[in-house]
Amino acid sequence: MSAAEQTLATADAVPLSLQGPAPKRVVAGYGFWLFLLSDIVIFAALFAAYAVLSNESAGGPTAADLFDKRHVLIETACLLASSVTCGFGSLAVQRGDRTSTYFWMTITFILGISFLSLEMSEFGHMLGIGAGPSRSAFLSAFFTLVGTHGLHVTAGLCWLIVMLLQVATLGFQPMVSRRFFCFGLFWHALDIVWIGVFTIVYLGAHL
Amino acid sequence: MSTENIAQGVAPGAHVHTHGAHRSYLIGSSYAVILTLASFWASSTDVIYPPGVPILLGVLAIAQMGIHLVFFLHISSAPDQTNNVLALAFGIFVVGLLVFGSMIIMAHLNHNMMPMDRLMQLQMQR
Repeated sequence: MSAAEQTLATADAVPLSLQGPAPKRVVAGYGFWLFLLSDIVIFAALFAAYAVLSNESAGGPTAADLFDKRHVLIETACLLASSVTCGFGSLAVQRGDRTSTYFWMTITFILGISFLSLEMSEFGHMLGIGAGPSRSAFLSAFFTLVGTHGLHVTAGLCWLIVMLLQVATLGFQPMVSRRFFCFGLFWHALDIVWIGVFTIVYLGAHL
Repeated sequence: MSTENIAQGVAPGAHVHTHGAHRSYLIGSSYAVILTLASFWASSTDVIYPPGVPILLGVLAIAQMGIHLVFFLHISSAPDQTNNVLALAFGIFVVGLLVFGSMIIMAHLNHNMMPMDRLMQLQMQR
């Protein structure tokens, strides 16, 4: 029997229901998880609107005309890589390691900014060729869905800056590392939404 | 790691003070990369029977969401995660209702709607 199993066996003597309130980190994580799920429900409504309206291009440009797969692959790579570096950053926060927190979170920030600028250049190009949100129902749904995701990423980047400032001024207090934990959850959830976006919007356009 | 944490169960990647946590993120991200590339490949290949491609894309996307939930968001069957898993199940239920409900309702409405030219004719006659 390993040391961990031995502690597990002794801890099992006290049933979970008698061990008192759950640690604050678990409770805070649960509350934030509920918020994330409600956010995902918002995205579900936008996805439903897009699925219904994606063929209603009103004689204007269709999805297959507009979307470039290579561009989306680079955007996806940025977001996925930022998810991993954010994970490494959260581990550094839990260890209380200031240098590697700054390192990984700065990389996360740079990858997030590059994702956003790629998305902005795509939007700018579409607006330039007259494929703005007012062109057709399809484009309204597209800009609402992808724009809402972009706004979430922007909010996440602002939050990341605030968290780095808090680490600089307050240090790794339990409060700060809980907030960082919630930021990590938020960032990973945005990546999950992006999986839906690139599958339904961008890959679905070329079927 | 305190006794309390062990007793409450530990999600994959939640071992803070070991190298296992970093490895968990790396394993998760390599699965995610493989699934992403598979989606992009499936959408542009001629090898697969074309009507089957949307189903394959759906399966790959759901699989990747599962990978992200387990390896990045650390959702697991650990005792301290019971509430999270229940909330997730309810969230998936609501998302399914919203998306598939809207699609079915709108498809039926489209189906039952009079063709646009006949609608115009009717309005002309009045």
